[in-house]
Amino acid sequence: MFTIDPRRTDLALEFKGRPFGPHSPELQAVLNVLRGSRHCQNLLLVCVKPHAEWVLAEKQPDGLPPRLFSDPVFSSREEAEWHAFRLRWEAVTGERLTV
Amino acid sequence: MLAMPRVLGYADPLSVAPGETIRFMVGTLDGPRRYRAEVVRVVCGDTGPGGPKTVRVPTPVDGEHQGTPQHLDAGSYVIVERPDAFAGLRRFTLEAIIQPTRVPVRPTARPQVIMGTWAEDARAGFALMLDEAGALAVLAGAGGGREPASATTGVPLTPRRWYQVGAVVDLAAGTVTLSQTPLAEHTPSAERPLTMDARIPPMAPPPAGAFFLAAARRGTEDGRLRTMWHFNGKIDRPRVVGDEAPLAVWDLAADIAGDRVTDRSTHALHGRTVNAPKRAVTGHNWDGSEMDWRRAPEQYGAIHFHDDDLHDAAWRPSLRWTVPADTRSGVYALRLEAEGGPEFWVVFYVRPPRNGPRARAAFLASTATYLAYSNYRARMRPGPSELYIGALPMVDGTDILLMHHPELGGSSYDTHSDGSGVCHVSRLRPIVNTRPTGWLWNLFLDFCLLDWLEATGQPYDVVTDDDLHAEGADLLAPYTVVLTGCHPEYYSREMLDALERYLGRGGRLMYMGGNGFYWRVSYPPAQPGLLEVRRAEDGTRAWVEAVGEYYHSSTGEYGGLWRRQGRPPNMLAGVGFVAQGFDRSSYYRRTGASRDPRVTFMFEGVADEVLGDFGHSGSGAAGLELDAFSTGLGSPAHALVVATSEDHSNAFQLVNEEMNVSFAGADGRFSPAVRADIVFFEHPGGGAVFSTGSIAYVGSLDHNGYDNNIARLTGNVLRRFLDATPFVMPSARPA
Repeated sequence: MFTIDPRRTDLALEFKGRPFGPHSPELQAVLNVLRGSRHCQNLLLVCVKPHAEWVLAEKQPDGLPPRLFSDPVFSSREEAEWHAFRLRWEAVTGERLTV
Repeated sequence: MLAMPRVLGYADPLSVAPGETIRFMVGTLDGPRRYRAEVVRVVCGDTGPGGPKTVRVPTPVDGEHQGTPQHLDAGSYVIVERPDAFAGLRRFTLEAIIQPTRVPVRPTARPQVIMGTWAEDARAGFALMLDEAGALAVLAGAGGGREPASATTGVPLTPRRWYQVGAVVDLAAGTVTLSQTPLAEHTPSAERPLTMDARIPPMAPPPAGAFFLAAARRGTEDGRLRTMWHFNGKIDRPRVVGDEAPLAVWDLAADIAGDRVTDRSTHALHGRTVNAPKRAVTGHNWDGSEMDWRRAPEQYGAIHFHDDDLHDAAWRPSLRWTVPADTRSGVYALRLEAEGGPEFWVVFYVRPPRNGPRARAAFLASTATYLAYSNYRARMRPGPSELYIGALPMVDGTDILLMHHPELGGSSYDTHSDGSGVCHVSRLRPIVNTRPTGWLWNLFLDFCLLDWLEATGQPYDVVTDDDLHAEGADLLAPYTVVLTGCHPEYYSREMLDALERYLGRGGRLMYMGGNGFYWRVSYPPAQPGLLEVRRAEDGTRAWVEAVGEYYHSSTGEYGGLWRRQGRPPNMLAGVGFVAQGFDRSSYYRRTGASRDPRVTFMFEGVADEVLGDFGHSGSGAAGLELDAFSTGLGSPAHALVVATSEDHSNAFQLVNEEMNVSFAGADGRFSPAVRADIVFFEHPGGGAVFSTGSIAYVGSLDHNGYDNNIARLTGNVLRRFLDATPFVMPSARPA
């Protein structure tokens, strides 16, 4: 199976610069792992103020409402995507992303 | 932090003509509260700061009102309203063949009633049921403050396995014999038949009460029946035997298309289904020899019940509005707001006057598709949705309200609490996501088209899929041009026939979206307000239809893709669904065919080669869901592909019906098949078709103050299509 090389912070920077694609094949491989890992695939973006504020939430099993994370509050979808990327990078590779 | 609406509602009818009355059913959440209401015509959705553009329409319903909660009694069941028939029973047998699908119920375990008269408010009646653990059990009580008695096998049933179950009950003697017998199936199992005798305190016969399959009576509120302990799964051949002879023998294979449940005994204890459980489902004896319930009804003698089915909420009307004669056609909403929560939009449609003056262009609102998506929960449930979206799924407080209120029911994209697909969706309930805010999709995105029509001063009428289904091509006959929305995905046969007939008579169709004319749906004639979809065989499916259950219960039609039924969208629109992705949209590039004299009108004033590299939907006109030209699927050979999209992101993948064998390189970075085609063709009757091939297209119309190549191209097409001069087939043109 493909594993993420935590030294490839260049791919993290590519995502930060263009979170909504198109992505290089190498970044796409990283995203497939981050978004597909079982413990990482339950994030949800919740708009709390139209066009202005978003927070992350975690989807719950058994039809229960998502659990909201009130902090941080993002001022753009791109910010939220980058935050989720960093969270997952650390969860999957075990290394904190410092870029 | 997250505000959710505190007042909800729905309208009936959905589409109303001037002079007619529309009723609004309004209910508050968390107790009575005051709410504000106003009627608006919606011109544009919330695509930028400032919120949706609306025009207030003064009506008598405007202002503050006192609201009260209105209940939603979700969960399907059968009721036999003959309480006398079951009164006085001392010795009786309850029998059925069942396939439970949710054992135990999570997260909070509870009983699931198979059949009986149990009334929780009186603590009286009897029920054959699964207990909290999922074991077969009997509950009986005489009421009057006396403690009910129960007995259980203590052995939970296995989900999705068929069992013959029964209980022989002698209340006078205080004996119960329970039996649960697993039926032979192809999957080996170590389960054995189980029979258990138990003693309960002798008791008097329970008082008279309505008989239920798949539920018990909770009581009444506001004079309306409330039910509980709904069963999840299939019930086949239920019967009740009295002291010596059958009291009721229900034949669930009869009357499948409607809500009637027939008793074959001499007592005629007929019942009716409530909340549209799924019929035309395989029974315990289905052997795969027939797939069509009409050809082997004896193998389709089951009903699949769900605890979250919902048909008609049957709320009391709170407000009424008789639409004045001079009201212009459009998309309207009753905007509701209660303190502490965001507004709630009850969308409805004012059609043009019947037999009155009309605009020459009609917007055909995709109400079948809006309904298919109504109360969409899937994004909020665990799963890999981000892998096909290409971004985080996004919702707001109004969407999340759904997860706090499962009784609002799901969309046809959701699964029931037992994991089976939702094949019925109802408009007779509050719908949270048909609105000009939130997810830029369906109606919200369609407002970008209406906004452009308004901005360019183009008069238009609004008619709906529901109208088209009911009235056929005559509905469209007055119009020179019909414009669809961005995603007319769900189509009944009647609707397709009507559009074909309209084109055959010289009509002009502007298909302004992508993934249209894709799924076959039916509007159950015997159950107004419902839409039925069976996701059979193939296609991009939110869930997969159960094998053997591909035929609609309401009409007997074979469900699934029109593509698999001899009517691919390409035949009507010149293009058909090929790919989807939801992160960033792309642009089109003009083709050589765009220089063909047949389409000179289309590109007047359009100098750009690249079209639509801007827009509200992922910053491009070619995105979300894409359709391409294919003569193999029926695109007319004389059609012109005047522009085609390119440079799609990795998130865009070929849809599975385009891949007989899975292969690599099927995404937008590698595959030239991942594209949207803009197509034009003439019709033999003097009409013509223009198709954009992309859902995102209409999101580009207002760019740069409506001055852009997509708006100009669209305007050119609309202008020519409004010109009554017949289009001439290329083969008939003078050389």
